[in-house]
Amino acid sequence: MKFTGTDNYVASDDLRIAVNAAIALQRPLLIKGEPGTGKTVLAHEVSKALGAPLIEWHIKSTTKAQQGLYEYDAVTRLRDSQLGDERVKDIRNYIKRGKLWEAFTGTGSRPVLLIDEIDKADIEFPNDLLQELDRMEFFVYELQETIKAQHRPIVMITSNNEKELPDAFLRRCFFHYIRFPDRETMQEIINVHYPDIQRNLVREAMTVFYDIRDVPGLKKKPSTSELLDWLKLLMVEDIPPDALRSKDSAKLIPPLHGALLKNEQDVHLFERLAFMARREKT
Amino acid sequence: MFTNFFLELKNAKVPVSIKEYLALLEAMDAHLADYSVDDFYYLSRSIMVKDERNIDKFDRVFGHVFKGLEKAADAATAEIPEEWLRKLAEKLLTEEEKKQIEALGGWEKLMETLKKRLEEQQKRHQGGSKWIGTAGTSPFGAFGFNPEGVRIGQDKHREGRAVKVWDKREYKNLDDSVELGTRNIKMALRRLRKFTREGLETELDLDDTIRSTARNAGWLDIKMIPERKNKIKVLVLFDIGGSMDAHIRVCEELFSAARTEFKHLEFFYFHNCLYEKLWKDNRRRHTDTTPTSQMLHTYPSDYKVIFVGDGSMSPYEIVYPGGSVEHWNEEAGQVWMQRVTDMYSSCVWLNPVPERHWQYTPSIQLLKQLMSDRMYPLTLGGIESAMKELRR
Repeated sequence: MKFTGTDNYVASDDLRIAVNAAIALQRPLLIKGEPGTGKTVLAHEVSKALGAPLIEWHIKSTTKAQQGLYEYDAVTRLRDSQLGDERVKDIRNYIKRGKLWEAFTGTGSRPVLLIDEIDKADIEFPNDLLQELDRMEFFVYELQETIKAQHRPIVMITSNNEKELPDAFLRRCFFHYIRFPDRETMQEIINVHYPDIQRNLVREAMTVFYDIRDVPGLKKKPSTSELLDWLKLLMVEDIPPDALRSKDSAKLIPPLHGALLKNEQDVHLFERLAFMARREKT
Repeated sequence: MFTNFFLELKNAKVPVSIKEYLALLEAMDAHLADYSVDDFYYLSRSIMVKDERNIDKFDRVFGHVFKGLEKAADAATAEIPEEWLRKLAEKLLTEEEKKQIEALGGWEKLMETLKKRLEEQQKRHQGGSKWIGTAGTSPFGAFGFNPEGVRIGQDKHREGRAVKVWDKREYKNLDDSVELGTRNIKMALRRLRKFTREGLETELDLDDTIRSTARNAGWLDIKMIPERKNKIKVLVLFDIGGSMDAHIRVCEELFSAARTEFKHLEFFYFHNCLYEKLWKDNRRRHTDTTPTSQMLHTYPSDYKVIFVGDGSMSPYEIVYPGGSVEHWNEEAGQVWMQRVTDMYSSCVWLNPVPERHWQYTPSIQLLKQLMSDRMYPLTLGGIESAMKELRR
């Protein structure tokens, strides 16, 4: 089992090695990076490349670790007992399997388990999963049995750095920080996504894009996924490459900038800078 | 085998433990880095570093420990006769050759002889040149030149690039951020939680449901209750400017941790000692002020008050009217302190000055007395005991 990137995902050398190390040594891989650099997509691509089923667990602020294991639906059981349902005799009918359970007992090959945005959860959340991720087993109290992983799943965890993760949790993971791609890699990524886009449009668009990223003080810098969206818009609207190059007159704000700048203040800031740049020229 | 590397990382304050070290050895054992410095760098980085803030430190240590490694690779290709190497490479690559090899006695055997030959090669190097790393600690001295090691020659250009990767130090600006260490503070602040149920009824109250169902002669009667929420209310008063400048970092950490931990958090700034005026924005401290009496009236007595300050000043600033260094205060600082402690039964003072120095500063002693001994050092342990005090 080796991951080498896919037709529509450009994996850099360091990312490839980190993923392969995590697969081979069966450790969870923690992935951090700017939003929009393809953290979540990575898990999808790994599962596609390895032909392994993907199990996604999206974390919210209210998610509890227990929900990933199983939940006991006492209310339904209580109601069924009122109605004299036969199902009520077996507690098994009211145990709802969580994502981890699914990943542990899935049939076939090693599944890929994506724990998405782990930093959104409560500060204690990662600690509650230590044992489960380490030993790949947990105990179901209601059934009095231990669920053990048949195949250790490939665990990928993404984080946006909103909360710091506990040391004990980090010790058990491998870590990779997806750096913002440089121009060359970006070109590759664009080629993979839009193979028949005009070359000069890409060139102009990338210049504008990296210029915007260099504007100091932006609240949210545009990222890879935003660039891809923007290019798509440019293609759909059939904007000629020259429109991006025109550095004069009122066209200093790039067309369809809404795809790149997601924040009112950022648009204002950019307009102001563009206005100042124009004044300097005249 | 990488003990030196590991210890250097530890010295450079990259948080690594035996667990990571063993994982690295395990990874090397599983042949994850195929004898390329490049791969080894990426592999060890993903195993040893758990936070992008530490990648820069790691790069520096790596560059330092494995300095001259790329030279080693170059030298190796120079010393193995090129013709011999090319022949081997051909044997390793073409399908036709592979079949021939099968006929000649199998892959394993070939690899074995290859290994033997390369071991000789290794011995020769160790005897003569010193480029295999210092004092035999280089990882490539140990197994750098076994079968797959041949590929070192082919990947020559990659090697050169890899060295640049860590020398570029691209992660430099990720090093050091305010957030560092706030997790610990947050955990300490967690002690100060009081859960109450308020708002929409979203949770099943199992006990009450069972009770009412029983009372209903077995007919199900579901009872819901609101979710538990942290209802603690906190008022933080920061001393700012002057002698506090030295402690600004730890205060920032405390503030950013407290901000996310408490929903009801109010804060004000003061200078040195509490007087009749407080302010919220330090840039407009002379124009936008809040009278302290107003604060006392606005926030009810169930607020918990936390003072943060070094309390290091002239005792006159606390004891006498007009003692303030900045303005003429009609009433002495201690009068205001007294009013606050009277109003809010739970209040503490966190002091960034190390506890053992307190006894040498009379003003700290005075304030401690005014707080009826509820002064704690601004350390994790101190915050924890302070929170315990506030919970009472």
